[in-house]
Amino acid sequence: MKDGSPFVSTTNACKLCTPLGACLAFKGIEGCVPFLHGSQGCATYMRRYIISHFREPVDIASSALGEKNAIYGGGANLKKGLLNVMDKYGAKAIGLATTCLTETIGDDVKMILSEFRSEFGDLSLPAILPVSTPSYSGTHMDGFTGALRAAVDVLAGEEKTPAVNVLSGFVSPEDIRHLKTICRAFCLPATILPDYSDTLDGGAWEEYEKISPGGTPIAAIRAMGGAPASLEFGRTLDPARTAGGLLEERFGVKRLGLGLPIGLRETDAFMAALEELSGRCLPRALGAERARLVDALVDGHKYVAGKRCLIYGEEDLAVGLASFAAEIGLVPVLVASGGSSGRLTSAVAAVSGDILREQPQVASGVDFYEIADKAKTLAPDLILGNSKGYRVLAKELNVPLVRVGFPIHDRFGASRVIHLGYRGAQSLFDRVANALIEKKQADSDIGYGYI
Amino acid sequence: MEQVIFTERANQIVRKDGAVDFTIACNRDSLAGAVSQRACVFCGSRVVLYPIADALHLVHGPIGCAAYTWDIRGALSSGPELHRLSFSTDLKEKDVIFGGEKKLYQALTELIARHKPSAAFVYSTCIVGIIGDDLNAVAKRVEAEQGIPVIPVASEGFKGNKREGYHAACKALSKLVGRGDVSAVSPLSVNILGDFNLAGEIWIIKDYYQRMGVEVVATLTGDGRVADIEKAHGAALNVVQCSGATQDLAVMMQETYGTPFIRASYFGIEDMSQALYDVAKFFAEKDPGIMDRAKALVRDELSMLYPKLQEYKKDLKGKKAAVYVGGAFKAFSLVKSFRHLGMDVVVVGSQTGTEEDYKELAAITDEGTIIVDDANPLELSAFIKEKDVDIFVGGVKERPIAFKLGVGFCDHNHERKEALEGFAGMLNFAREVHATVMSPVWRFTPRRSGKAASAATSCTSPERPCDCAEVK
Repeated sequence: MKDGSPFVSTTNACKLCTPLGACLAFKGIEGCVPFLHGSQGCATYMRRYIISHFREPVDIASSALGEKNAIYGGGANLKKGLLNVMDKYGAKAIGLATTCLTETIGDDVKMILSEFRSEFGDLSLPAILPVSTPSYSGTHMDGFTGALRAAVDVLAGEEKTPAVNVLSGFVSPEDIRHLKTICRAFCLPATILPDYSDTLDGGAWEEYEKISPGGTPIAAIRAMGGAPASLEFGRTLDPARTAGGLLEERFGVKRLGLGLPIGLRETDAFMAALEELSGRCLPRALGAERARLVDALVDGHKYVAGKRCLIYGEEDLAVGLASFAAEIGLVPVLVASGGSSGRLTSAVAAVSGDILREQPQVASGVDFYEIADKAKTLAPDLILGNSKGYRVLAKELNVPLVRVGFPIHDRFGASRVIHLGYRGAQSLFDRVANALIEKKQADSDIGYGYI
Repeated sequence: MEQVIFTERANQIVRKDGAVDFTIACNRDSLAGAVSQRACVFCGSRVVLYPIADALHLVHGPIGCAAYTWDIRGALSSGPELHRLSFSTDLKEKDVIFGGEKKLYQALTELIARHKPSAAFVYSTCIVGIIGDDLNAVAKRVEAEQGIPVIPVASEGFKGNKREGYHAACKALSKLVGRGDVSAVSPLSVNILGDFNLAGEIWIIKDYYQRMGVEVVATLTGDGRVADIEKAHGAALNVVQCSGATQDLAVMMQETYGTPFIRASYFGIEDMSQALYDVAKFFAEKDPGIMDRAKALVRDELSMLYPKLQEYKKDLKGKKAAVYVGGAFKAFSLVKSFRHLGMDVVVVGSQTGTEEDYKELAAITDEGTIIVDDANPLELSAFIKEKDVDIFVGGVKERPIAFKLGVGFCDHNHERKEALEGFAGMLNFAREVHATVMSPVWRFTPRRSGKAASAATSCTSPERPCDCAEVK
C-alpha cells in the first residue's frame, strides 16, 4: 500500500516481480539452472531483462504451461521439464520458482516433487530447490531472499566448516569479487551465497557452456549449517524469512545482521565483524583503501556539500546509499523504494540520524510516477538509482543520474559497478563528484577546463 | 556433428537436402524445460498494440508483466508518448482471492482522468484468466462513463504462444476500426499494417508512399493514433508487413469492409522495391503515372545505395550468417539482404513460423542450410559452431549466445535503435553487419585464438605456477 496515496494503479513500477529475484539468486549456485513453473512468457521476459543488464547468457527453464495445464494442473509438464533440464543441462541443482499462474491454479509443488522423486528415484536426481514466488506477493527482493532460504533449507547440514557464511544480498558481480578479496585479506575462509560473480560476468568461451561456470559450490552450501557464524547484509530483512535466520534457528549458527557495506561507516561495521570473526586486525591493504577514501572525501567534499540527492531502488540498497550520501555531505531529500518491508524508515533513520539535521522523506511501496511527483518539489541536484529513473526523473528534471544497482540497461559495464567496501565507496564518491562537476561544466558557457 | 539435442524436437529441425521433400513440424507448444526463446500470448498482444501512442495500455495483473514491458521497445511517436509509460493494476494476494474487477475499474477511472487518452486497452494476464474477472463488463461500464473506447485484450499468457497474442490484438484493433469519418480519405490511400516504427522506420516507408502520391491513412501500429485507426476502413488498400502480427486484422477488414490487402516486407532491396511496385500496380488504373513514380523513386534510392553497398561487400564476401528471428517474414528478407553483401545464410529459424513460411525458406536457401522452428540456446549454439558462422542475427536473448562464442551479432528485434527498413535501412544494416563481422576483437576469442581466455582455468605449467599459493 502506498503512503497516503488514493491511487490504486501502479505507473512505472520501481520493483520487479518475485520470481525474477529467485532466478538471480539461483544463478549464484554452482551447476544450478533456474526453472520457472508457469507459462513460457515469464521465463523469456525475465531472461531478456536480466541479459540486458549483465550481457551474459541467462538460461531460465520453464514448464511452459498451456491452457490445458492451467485447467488440469501443471504437474506433468513440471516433471517433464525437470527431466529435460537434468538430461540436457546436466544440472546439479534446479532452482524451482513458482509464478502467479501456478500459485493461483493451486499446483502443489511439494506433492508433485515427491511424486517425481518416487517415479524417477532410480535416476541420479539433482538437488531441487523449491521456492514459492507468486508475483502478486512481494517484490523481486522477496524472491531473491526466499530462494536463498530455500537453497539452505534443502541443502544445509551440520557438518563443521571453518568458513563463515556471507549472505551478501543483491549486489553486483564486482561486489562479490571484492568481498572475496576482503575475506582473503583477513585470511578468513568464507562461503559467499549467492556467488554469480562468474556466472553473470564470465569470460569468453570456446564451447557453449550449458551452465555458466562458477557459483557457490553445493558442497559449501551443505556445510553452511556448521559454520562459525553468518554475516547477513540488509537492514530491512526479516530473519524469519532469510537464509541466515534459518541457519540460526535450525543449526544455531550465530547470525550477524549488518547493513549492506556501502559507504565508510557501514563498511567499518563490516570490517569490525570480520576482525572479530578472524581474530585479526584490519589488513594493511584494506586500511590503505580506507585511508585513501577518507582523504578523497576531504579533497572532494566541497563538490558535493549540501547537494540535494534523491535515492531509489531496493530497500537495502537505498538504505546503504542514504548512509553513504549523508556521510559525504550530500543531503538526501527522498529515499524511495517499490518494496514495502515496513522497515525502510527506521533503517534510514538508523544510518543517517546522527548526521543529517533533517531526516529525508522516506517512501516505500511507491512507483516512479509518485517518485517523480515528489521530486518536482524536492528539486534534487543528483539522483542515485538504477536506469529506470533516467527518462522519468533525470532527463525530466535535467539532473545527473549516477547509475547503481539493477537494472542498468542504458550503460555498459553494469556487472563491474562496485558498491561495497571502501573501494566501492571510493568509486561511488568519484562518480558522484564527477557527475556534479560535469553538470556544472556542461551548464556553464565559460568552458572551464579546470574545476 | 549433427547431434540431436532434444529428441522430441527432432522434426522441428531440418537440414536442407534437395533429394527429399521438405517437411517440418511447427506451431507446437514449446517443450517444457527446453528454454524456448519464445514468449507468451500477452507478449504478442503487447508487441502489436504497444506503439499506439495516445492510448492507455493498462496491464491487468501482478506487476511483472507491466514491468518487463515498460519502454523497452524502440517504437517512436511523432506526438504523444503515453505508450512509453507502464501501467499495471499491480494485483495483490487479496485481489487474487476476491477478484480484481473493482481495482480494475478504479485504475481505469483514475488513469483516464490523469492522462486523457484517446482510448484504453486492458490486457489480461495469466491469472486474470484463472480468477475469472469480467473484463468486458468493466470495459463497457468505463467506456460509457468516460466516453472513450475501452477495449479488453484477451491475452492470458498461457493460452498459447505469441501468435494467439497477435490474434487477440487484431481483434482489439478491429473494435476501433470503423468508428471514424472517412469522407475526406483519398481514393489513392493505404494503411500500413505490421510496422512498429522502430527507430522511425515507418516514417521512411510513409515518405516513399507519399512520394508516389499515395495517402497513408493509418499506421498500424507504429506511430499509431486512435483517430487514424478509427478511419482505417476508409483506405483503399491494406499493406501488411510481418507475416503473423497483423494479417488477422487485414482479413477481418476484408470481410467487414471489403478492403483488399497485399503482403509486403520493407527489409532489403528486392522486398522494399517490390512493396512499392505492388502498391503502384494496385493503383495503376486510378493513376496511370504511379508506376513511373515508383520506378523513379527506386532508381533514385538505389543509385545512392548501390555503390556504398559494394564497398561493404568487398570485405564481407564469403562470410556466413545465422538468422533466428520472431516471425519468418523477416527471415526471407534477411536471406536476400545477405546475398547483396556476398554472404550466405546457413542457419535460419523463427519462433512462430508456419509450414508455408518454412517451405519458402527452404526454397530460397542453399543446400545444407539448417532450418529450425522454436529453437533454444543449446540448439542455437550448436548450430553456430557446426556452421562456423561469422554473424548471428537475432534479439537480445540471442546476443550473449553469439558473443560468448566469439561471433558477431546484429540486433534485428524490437529493441533495436537503428532503422533497418527501406533503402536507408539496408545501408544501416550493411554498416552494422560490417562493423561487427570485421571487428578486430574476434581474433582474441577462444574460437579464433585457440586460447582459453578464462583466468579460471587451472595452471597448465608446473614450472611456472600461476598463483603464489602454488609456489612451494
